[in-house]
Amino acid sequence: MTDVTVTPASINTSQPYPGAPDNWKRFFTFSTDHKVIGIQYIVTSFIFFLIAGLFAMIMRGELITPDADLIDRTVYNALFTMHGSIMLFLWTFPVLVGLGNYLVPLMIGARDMAFPRLNAVSFWMVPVVGVLMIGSFFVPGGPSQSGWWAYPPVSLQNPTGFWLNGQMLWLLAVAISGVSSIMGAINFVTTIFRMRAPGMGWFRMPAFVWSVLAAQLIQLYGLPALTGGAIMLLLDLGFGTSFFAPDRGGNPIMYQHFFWFYSHPAVYVMVLPAFGIFSELLPVHARKPLFGYRVIAVSSLLITFISGIVWVHHMYASATPPWMRMLFMVTTMLVAVPSGIKVFGWVATIWGGKIRFTTPMLFSLGGIANWLFAGITGIFLGSVPLDIHVNNTYFVVGHFHYVLYGAIVMAIYAAIYHWFPKMTGRMYYEGLGKLHFVLTFVGTTLAFFPMHAAGLMGMPRRVASYDPEFAYLNVITSIGGFLLGVSTLPFILNMVSSWIRGERAGDNPWRAIGLEWLTTSPPPVENFEEIPVVIAPPYGYGKNEPLVANLRVEGG
Amino acid sequence: MKLRAILALAVYAIFAVLASWWMAQQSYGWFPPEATAEAKLIDDLFSLFTGLGTFVYLGVIGPFLYALVFHRASKYDFSDGPPIEGSTALEVVWTAVPIVLVLTLSAVSYRTYEKMALQGPQQLVTLPQPQLMQSAYAAPFDSTPQEEIKGALNTAPVEAIDVTAKQWAWVFRYPDQNVTSTELHLPCDRRVRLTLHSDDVLHGFYVPAFRLKQDVVPNHDIDLELTPTRPGTYRLRDSLFSGTYFAANQADVVVQSLADYEQWLADAATQTPTAAYNPAAAEFSTYQGRAVQGWRSVPPAAPPLVNYAPKRSLESPPA
Repeated sequence: MTDVTVTPASINTSQPYPGAPDNWKRFFTFSTDHKVIGIQYIVTSFIFFLIAGLFAMIMRGELITPDADLIDRTVYNALFTMHGSIMLFLWTFPVLVGLGNYLVPLMIGARDMAFPRLNAVSFWMVPVVGVLMIGSFFVPGGPSQSGWWAYPPVSLQNPTGFWLNGQMLWLLAVAISGVSSIMGAINFVTTIFRMRAPGMGWFRMPAFVWSVLAAQLIQLYGLPALTGGAIMLLLDLGFGTSFFAPDRGGNPIMYQHFFWFYSHPAVYVMVLPAFGIFSELLPVHARKPLFGYRVIAVSSLLITFISGIVWVHHMYASATPPWMRMLFMVTTMLVAVPSGIKVFGWVATIWGGKIRFTTPMLFSLGGIANWLFAGITGIFLGSVPLDIHVNNTYFVVGHFHYVLYGAIVMAIYAAIYHWFPKMTGRMYYEGLGKLHFVLTFVGTTLAFFPMHAAGLMGMPRRVASYDPEFAYLNVITSIGGFLLGVSTLPFILNMVSSWIRGERAGDNPWRAIGLEWLTTSPPPVENFEEIPVVIAPPYGYGKNEPLVANLRVEGG
Repeated sequence: MKLRAILALAVYAIFAVLASWWMAQQSYGWFPPEATAEAKLIDDLFSLFTGLGTFVYLGVIGPFLYALVFHRASKYDFSDGPPIEGSTALEVVWTAVPIVLVLTLSAVSYRTYEKMALQGPQQLVTLPQPQLMQSAYAAPFDSTPQEEIKGALNTAPVEAIDVTAKQWAWVFRYPDQNVTSTELHLPCDRRVRLTLHSDDVLHGFYVPAFRLKQDVVPNHDIDLELTPTRPGTYRLRDSLFSGTYFAANQADVVVQSLADYEQWLADAATQTPTAAYNPAAAEFSTYQGRAVQGWRSVPPAAPPLVNYAPKRSLESPPA
């Protein structure tokens, strides 16, 4: 139902290569080409981004005044539940999987993913998840209203009494999304381990590939916990089991462990590819090698490990005993170390470089600045005594929106602009791109910075009404939210019009080093006429050394 | 040239230190009033984090912005920058410094937490508790609040109060006097032990002026100890999403002198229980016969019958 509006795909790109249907219709088929699947992921998830963004704007309309006067409380609760769920399960995860899908085989010199058909199956589960999520608005009782955490017992209450209710559909959607992501993770990990081009040793892999590997390893160890938790909750809701239902002897806190054991590392599943994007883009647009490449690469894996032992910091205020609070405080704080290493490396990368403020560079720089701020407030949240005050307040909402919008969405935009010429063979319009950046950065700051102040004063998250004294901050936030809605318009205009009639970009408009830039734009089916043989590390800017032995010589 | 760089760096470092100090002082103004001994501890800790956080932020964003301004390629300059791939010394420094920093912050937080002595949900733990709590660290802050807590603990009996949360009301019961109320009255400068119950779903006991929060879990009683230090009326909020009328699930907390508190208890004990005003139930009742309705909600519990059920709307300042 939501798929019919896939707009940018309806452009005729000519790809006269054997075996490829050379028109836009291939984007609506069960294609096994990783590049088609990548774009399918990106476009589909962007539509869900717009839907969930619309929900956020309705919520901000409600919150622009203190009373619950625009929409009913149940509708508000449903909207924040679906905003969070769709933004995570149908936008951030899939769009990053889409970018990974498009880029990883190209970057490591492979012809496709390891399991192309599994790849297509993973993708086509995403629209199913979307139909379930959106469809839950039309069942009696409406969609889930228990927040994207779906904490029992609220998620088990089911006031309408219908067996097939919004919460049930939500849990099914999350479980299916989990299965899809686990299949994707198997595919990515196998591809990166087994399909690298000759000569591409671990420390010749681009940082983006490292970060995708680190993120997908988290999916493998973490997602089964969430998927299992969702299935147990589904059984409690629909089949009378008592895993988490306190009135039947279950333990609702147990669910929180299942949920956060995955859902905290999930943040790193989303932010690691964003880190990878920053690490890719800065060297290209500052014309310098990535500073401390090996350490940045390895710090991704370090995050994979540490993020597996920090989940209880979401539960400091739950029934969590003091020793557990202290233990997880230390592990949580330690996550700041590998994240910090990356930020310092990025600053050193641009230092003394030849910086150009292209649109992807602007989004990267804005994303890094926002991430720095989000990382610091994250350390505040890791400290138990401070978290006991700000837990479940708007301080937390501000913090994670700085991560998710300020850093991750910015990185996604940066990546789309940067690889747009590769994907389409055409260049985007720089002016519209810069307008998009300004609107996004200003909107992010206006929307999410005041949330921290509201949270410190004690405004809880998830409230449909609040006290008039918080109104000032909420008005600013709402204006910022509407601005973010507006900011998508130049982006859509830019993407659609450039894809139709943008200037031809050539194979390597950025003069970038990397295997993906050695093939044509857009790349042919199976990517390379001859598999490249890699003979140098990935960021040889300023060194005038060839990257590969057998293709065109790549100068600095 | 070298000297100029060092000078510029020194000037910027001094600026960053002063700005961080200023922010640390400012941070006290970002909170509601400090109404408990614990609030003072948390505000001090927050101030320390703010100061260090500002310093780190400025330390990174300064060179970052400097590079963005001064290290840009001119319009026709398509050459590459210097091929610098890293620096072991720098990388070791910026790995070691954050490790030291976060371990220090953990240690200071730990010390603050220990001073707060909240009790918390120990009964949920079946494991033997490792004795992590050692007072090995020097007191980083003013220790007066700690002394106050100790003094309060030593001189007076702890006031035990039962707190019940439900969809969507708070009911407070004073077991010694068998008094119930929808307003939480607390004696000033006394250690108070709240025993938190939930009748239905998870709730969160949160008084921003106290800086304290504890989720309330059905089937488990959780103790929360605190020491109110400032008379006044404050707001209690439900902090963990509890369903439709979650946002309306609030109550007043009145901190008063011991004499006033005892007087209030004695007066309340003489009242016969009446139905308190309940915002959720009142709002729910207006739905009957309304044209546009939302999705169906869990009906709110009937307004609680309590000895002390004073007024229709909350009096406390929201923050």
